[in-house]
Amino acid sequence: MNQPSEILVRARGLRRDYGRGESLVRAVDDVDLEVAAGEALAVMGPSGCGKSTLLHLLGGLDRPGAGELWLGDQRVDKLSERALAELRCHRIGFVFQAFHLMDELTAQENVELPALLAGRSPRRARRRAEELLDQAGVADRARHLPGRLSGGQRQRVAIARALANDPQILLADEPTGNLDSAAALDVLRLFEALHQGGLTLVIVTHDDRIAGTADRLVSMRDGALVGERRLTGGARGSLAQFAGLRGE
Amino acid sequence: MQQEVVLAMLAKEPSQGHQLRARLDRALGPLGEGVNAGQIYVTLGRLEKAGLVAREGSSAARADWKVYALTPAGQERVAEWLAEVDWPRPDLAEFHLKLVAAAQAGLADPLGIVDAQRGELLHRLREVERAAMAEPDGSDAGLLLEGILLRLQADLRWLEACERAWTSRRRKR
Repeated sequence: MNQPSEILVRARGLRRDYGRGESLVRAVDDVDLEVAAGEALAVMGPSGCGKSTLLHLLGGLDRPGAGELWLGDQRVDKLSERALAELRCHRIGFVFQAFHLMDELTAQENVELPALLAGRSPRRARRRAEELLDQAGVADRARHLPGRLSGGQRQRVAIARALANDPQILLADEPTGNLDSAAALDVLRLFEALHQGGLTLVIVTHDDRIAGTADRLVSMRDGALVGERRLTGGARGSLAQFAGLRGE
Repeated sequence: MQQEVVLAMLAKEPSQGHQLRARLDRALGPLGEGVNAGQIYVTLGRLEKAGLVAREGSSAARADWKVYALTPAGQERVAEWLAEVDWPRPDLAEFHLKLVAAAQAGLADPLGIVDAQRGELLHRLREVERAAMAEPDGSDAGLLLEGILLRLQADLRWLEACERAWTSRRRKR
């Protein structure tokens, strides 16, 4: 297990409103949050609680109306559009519920694309894509178009793509939301391996099973963080007891 | 461990106690830690007295070398057991009544009780999920772990419903 110490993400008083006047919705309401380097954090809450908006703010896909956001020792909420795009490309990986793969490109080409956009050589991009697809357990699907992959395979390709430029942090929005139980388990296994490898993860979800990979869970309601729970440390009983198998 | 489980594990072929144990271990994976070897021998002894299993061949000195086989009565019992429709009931009523009693008497905050229970279930879910992640694809034990996971998820969803209901009741007061 990692020993998180250094703070990688620091949010202070983060706020994001939609609409105005009567129809004003405070999607993210004065959120303070810190994520340690190497930590796996799950943000849970019912749909509409603002957790996706929070993730978009953390990843620089959206800008806060108020508050401060730091990634390492860099303040990012005030960055220019160009600097923010640069940051997203190099330091942040994104995984979405609906995969968002390019349908016209093969799995391998999807994973190469971010590296090519970042200016890597085609050879280097290709080699890295092969490694990542292998790590994600979909190397044998490299030449397939996304349409020919199962949901679980698509999501694993999307995770490989998110890692193409070796980001410091991986942000995932309902990554198991479109998957059946077995495919979800494969994705969780991959997250767990990445977590063990030292990657920082923030996963937004209403799937309790994400708890399997998270060190810490924060709950969100109506735009605010309302609770926090550390999940490392274990339960009180044994596995066998949870199954109803008990030594007499 | 139910006697019928030991009996049914013997239905494949006459076996020694340690072979039964190995079969159980394969089916249960990490959950097999809850089954102790001594228990299997005790159960076999009971089944023998009941005439459901019989020892084959010479009476070996050591318990783990004895070969046991089903008797016709044992085979019949296994067939009955397989046909039985039985399902363990999760005991939700007790927890539900705990919340009701706590709220009525003003002794404890139902939401606090729900939250503590949720924490415990999330810890369990994490343990089971990690065990499931460690199982190879297609393992028997993996299938059992998936069942436990789905149940824990259902319980967690019910706790969410409890939380919503008790939150709105509190507001009405």
